[in-house]
Amino acid sequence: MNDIRTIALVAGVLLLLTVVTGVGQFLKRHPDRGIDAAAVRTFNMRIRGWWVLCTVLAAAFWLGSTATVTLFGFVSFWALREFITLTPTRKGDHRALFWVFFLFTPLHYVLVGLNRYDIYSVFLPVYATLFVLARAAVAGDYKRFLERTAKIQAGLVVCVYCLSFAPALLELQVNGGPERVGELGSRDANFRLLFFLILLVQFADCMQYVWSRMLGQRLVAAAVSSNRTWEGLLGSATSTALLAAVLWWAAPPFQPWQAAIVGLVVAVMGFAGGMTMSAIKRDRGVKDYGTLVVGHGGVLDRIDSICFAAPVFYHMTVLVIGG
Amino acid sequence: MLAPADMPTPSLDQPASRSTLCKVTGLGLAGLARLLAGASIRWIASQPDTCQRVYFANHTSHLDALLIWASLPRLVREITRPVAAKDYWSRGALRRWLAEEVFNAILIDRTDIKVHQSPVDLMLRQAGSTRSLIVFPEGSRSTSGEVGDFKSGLYYLAKKRPEIELIPVHIDNLNRVLPRGEFLPVPLLSCISFGPPLWLERDEAKLDFLARARRAVLSLKE
Repeated sequence: MNDIRTIALVAGVLLLLTVVTGVGQFLKRHPDRGIDAAAVRTFNMRIRGWWVLCTVLAAAFWLGSTATVTLFGFVSFWALREFITLTPTRKGDHRALFWVFFLFTPLHYVLVGLNRYDIYSVFLPVYATLFVLARAAVAGDYKRFLERTAKIQAGLVVCVYCLSFAPALLELQVNGGPERVGELGSRDANFRLLFFLILLVQFADCMQYVWSRMLGQRLVAAAVSSNRTWEGLLGSATSTALLAAVLWWAAPPFQPWQAAIVGLVVAVMGFAGGMTMSAIKRDRGVKDYGTLVVGHGGVLDRIDSICFAAPVFYHMTVLVIGG
Repeated sequence: MLAPADMPTPSLDQPASRSTLCKVTGLGLAGLARLLAGASIRWIASQPDTCQRVYFANHTSHLDALLIWASLPRLVREITRPVAAKDYWSRGALRRWLAEEVFNAILIDRTDIKVHQSPVDLMLRQAGSTRSLIVFPEGSRSTSGEVGDFKSGLYYLAKKRPEIELIPVHIDNLNRVLPRGEFLPVPLLSCISFGPPLWLERDEAKLDFLARARRAVLSLKE
């Protein structure tokens, strides 16, 4: 960690986290301020989640890119567990699911770690899909066939394939190019890029909540989510674009205007991820995905936005560095 | 024939007599089962305790007994013996060793039930005055995922030892982790819920009691 920009980014985030933790504790100690106690509790829980997230990420970064890819692999595995647990499958899917969990998911992450984009970009969406279809057919159960296999495929794509584009950022290499582009491929720069993505996604989530509460009038889809509004989406996209533009120096290949577009797209994708997971949860009649930590929801609740934002962020980066 | 209390029971009341290998295997398997089945454990209006109890649960998978056993705190686990089918668990040396030494299971012969040596008598004799039991009153695993009718064993158990606490346990989703006829598990998330104890009421008819016990298990499903 010898890069001045990395130090600046880490220091900035630590400072911000310390400040919001202070605010959260202040609000908790002074319940007479007229702010909803439940909202304060949610706020403090979120902050604790961010500390955990930052600690885990810091540990993974310190251990290197293989450790980070492995960490994301485990997160994917757990998210897929939650996803499949929630969606009804039949006994005929059992063998297909076994290979999905113990062969396709780990192997995909191995390919990501080896930076074999040519293979891993089609491995799950094509080969795993074909396998799941064929395996379920061979198992001899044709009831609701397409429905069942589509569920498994959706789980694989969202929880494993899409999320893996976040650690895949660490493997991006460029040779030559304009001045700032050239540095991508050094360890610090890649980690900063990944951190930039996670920061933007978290920020967009928060801004969506804040703007919805302040100005929210029109719900996007009342039946799916009761707190996502058009005003929230617009506000979150604008604020995230602004933050990205201000932090452009932290994300190696981007010029300020490019960073702003990236921020905007990340916010919209995060919103799409949240809406999608809400729709699935509504359909299954649950509020959260897991009972891992009481009141915290599941892993999938935490990563839905990043799952949707990661592939787009990855490909925009590739586009900019001219890969 | 000796009365139950006079039976020589050298290995039953001395958990320390189990070898280190058995203990380590037991701890390892308990941890593995909980990890693989992603079990969340809930005690609803109920607390873990080392008093003598009978845990009765719905039966959905071969992993049921192992997972209930693994879900108990270690001290409770050491005095708790699963009741398992002899025809399955005595096949092969490894299975027999696991059942008898590691899980300290009571093996019941389902095919050869004698009048003077009923399974319930055998269970109670093996339980002595301190050991808890894990039983599956449906008798065998259900294929549909529904909880079947309870067999009368639980009633006779409660009738012979009315002071023992009967703890209903509901196992959710484990049949998807390892369904009947499969041997490779899929690591989904399951949930083990322990409920408040119940006892056989005075003059309660057999069928009423069994229906009440079954409802107690079902009510833990939420």
